[in-house]
Amino acid sequence: MLKIENLHVSYGNIEALHGISLEVQEGEMVALLGANGAGKSTTLMSIMRLPPPEAPRVTSGSITCRGVDLLPVAPHLVVAKYGIGLVPEGRRVFGNLTVFENLKLATYARKDMEQVARDYERVFALFPRLADRKDQRVETLSGGEQQMLATGRAFMCGAKFILLDEPSMGLAPLLMQELFKVLKEVNRSGTTIFVVEQNANIALKYAHRAYLMEAGYIVREGAAKDMANKDEMKKAYLG
Amino acid sequence: MDIQSFFQDVLNAFQWGSFYALIALGYTLVYGVLLLINFAHGDIFMVGAYIGFFVATFLLGTYAVHLPFHLPHLVIFVLTLVITMILTAGVGVTLERVAYRPLRRKGAGRLYIVITALMAGLILENGNLALLGASRKAFPTLIHDTVYTVAGVSFTNIRIVVILAALAVFLFLETIVRKTKIGMAMRAISFDRVAVPLMGIPIDTVIVFTFILGSSMAALAGVLFVSAYPVLEPYMGAMIGWKAFIAAVVGGIGDIRGAFIGGFLLGFIEIFVAAVFPSTFRDLISFGILLIFLSLKPTGIFGVARAQKI
Repeated sequence: MLKIENLHVSYGNIEALHGISLEVQEGEMVALLGANGAGKSTTLMSIMRLPPPEAPRVTSGSITCRGVDLLPVAPHLVVAKYGIGLVPEGRRVFGNLTVFENLKLATYARKDMEQVARDYERVFALFPRLADRKDQRVETLSGGEQQMLATGRAFMCGAKFILLDEPSMGLAPLLMQELFKVLKEVNRSGTTIFVVEQNANIALKYAHRAYLMEAGYIVREGAAKDMANKDEMKKAYLG
Repeated sequence: MDIQSFFQDVLNAFQWGSFYALIALGYTLVYGVLLLINFAHGDIFMVGAYIGFFVATFLLGTYAVHLPFHLPHLVIFVLTLVITMILTAGVGVTLERVAYRPLRRKGAGRLYIVITALMAGLILENGNLALLGASRKAFPTLIHDTVYTVAGVSFTNIRIVVILAALAVFLFLETIVRKTKIGMAMRAISFDRVAVPLMGIPIDTVIVFTFILGSSMAALAGVLFVSAYPVLEPYMGAMIGWKAFIAAVVGGIGDIRGAFIGGFLLGFIEIFVAAVFPSTFRDLISFGILLIFLSLKPTGIFGVARAQKI
């Protein structure tokens, strides 16, 4: 579904990714692990084709989605045309809008109104808290609720492939488990998931496969259960 | 001050407030979306008035090329409004495309964009001066001033049209911004610009739409203004533009209600200051009042402190 080959990107003159390659198959749930500053978020920003200065510039390599080159695609079309949704780091929900407005905004480019109606139902079923707080301004939501909204918003975009950037950040352990259970459920029903996490424990528990990044390189990859048993992984990331 | 002249002043204040409000809207819409103070906006008002002048005189058959039939004046007035709003929206969109968008693409700081806006305003003023010369133009009379007198308070039909137009525009824009998806997108951009394309929304479309709204409202104000005070000159947008900008800030820039309340507030202060003090004191005292007002509530009436979150 998504294929990245020998990708180099930089912020200004500073190279942040030094030739990474990875692949996510349709229907998979794949984790991208690594410490702070390893280049995980940078990888996601590159896939979404956000322009500089917020995102990096691709200097060489390729990103393709089902064989189509994503590099020349505008960010809103990555979402609207290629069905890739991002749940960004720090959630970035629109605090000045209500919960429902945030969800509705995500359907901006969609024409399939019947499917949109079903997606609302699905999001409210997955996250009943959002239904309770439908007309509340998002600023007043707790961190956990905002994370649910950010995730629900990606579903409302009609994305069949969802990228998540540190979804567990700032969540209580129980909420974290709950969120990953929802992700797994969504994955089982056909949505491909690529999740960036510092919390390797939880990510490896739910993902099929994982990549490990360090300082702009991918240093290890494999099936999630193999990765979880590697001694060095245990030492470095699993505690 | 007797009661009749009081009501007379109230009506005047509403009329001037309407002009300020219609122009303040353009500042507030663009600021709300781009956090850019579009200092060329007062000159868009001027451009609107001039475009209105040429449309109206064309429709009246003043030029060698003219319509093969005559239209009633009321029809010409309505057509002039509509055509002028469309053409002026085109000018606003062009301005965004040639002046602001290239800077935005390069990630230029907001200071540079604001300076560009100031320059764009000067270019519009001086471009007009170079093209059309310094002589003033008189806007043709399309609506004949009819003076109504109710209980000793007299008002003209054009004054009523101005006030009603401002109220209609207010309701129209509030509905767009509150209820439609593109309105939600406008509000969302002001909160977090980076996250908007992640919703599948083309940012440039939303920005263009914002400039269309702001510029066409300035054009509406321009045509109504010269219908009430029929003199056109290249610098006519400068002072009224500054005042409308101040009105937008006092109301809370970025908020549509703020632009209206700020506009009417400025209208009232000006008219009532002039009613009590000599007219040369008018601007000094009005702006003094607004200055005190802002020092008490720096974010304006409807404004909220913007928390910068990275």
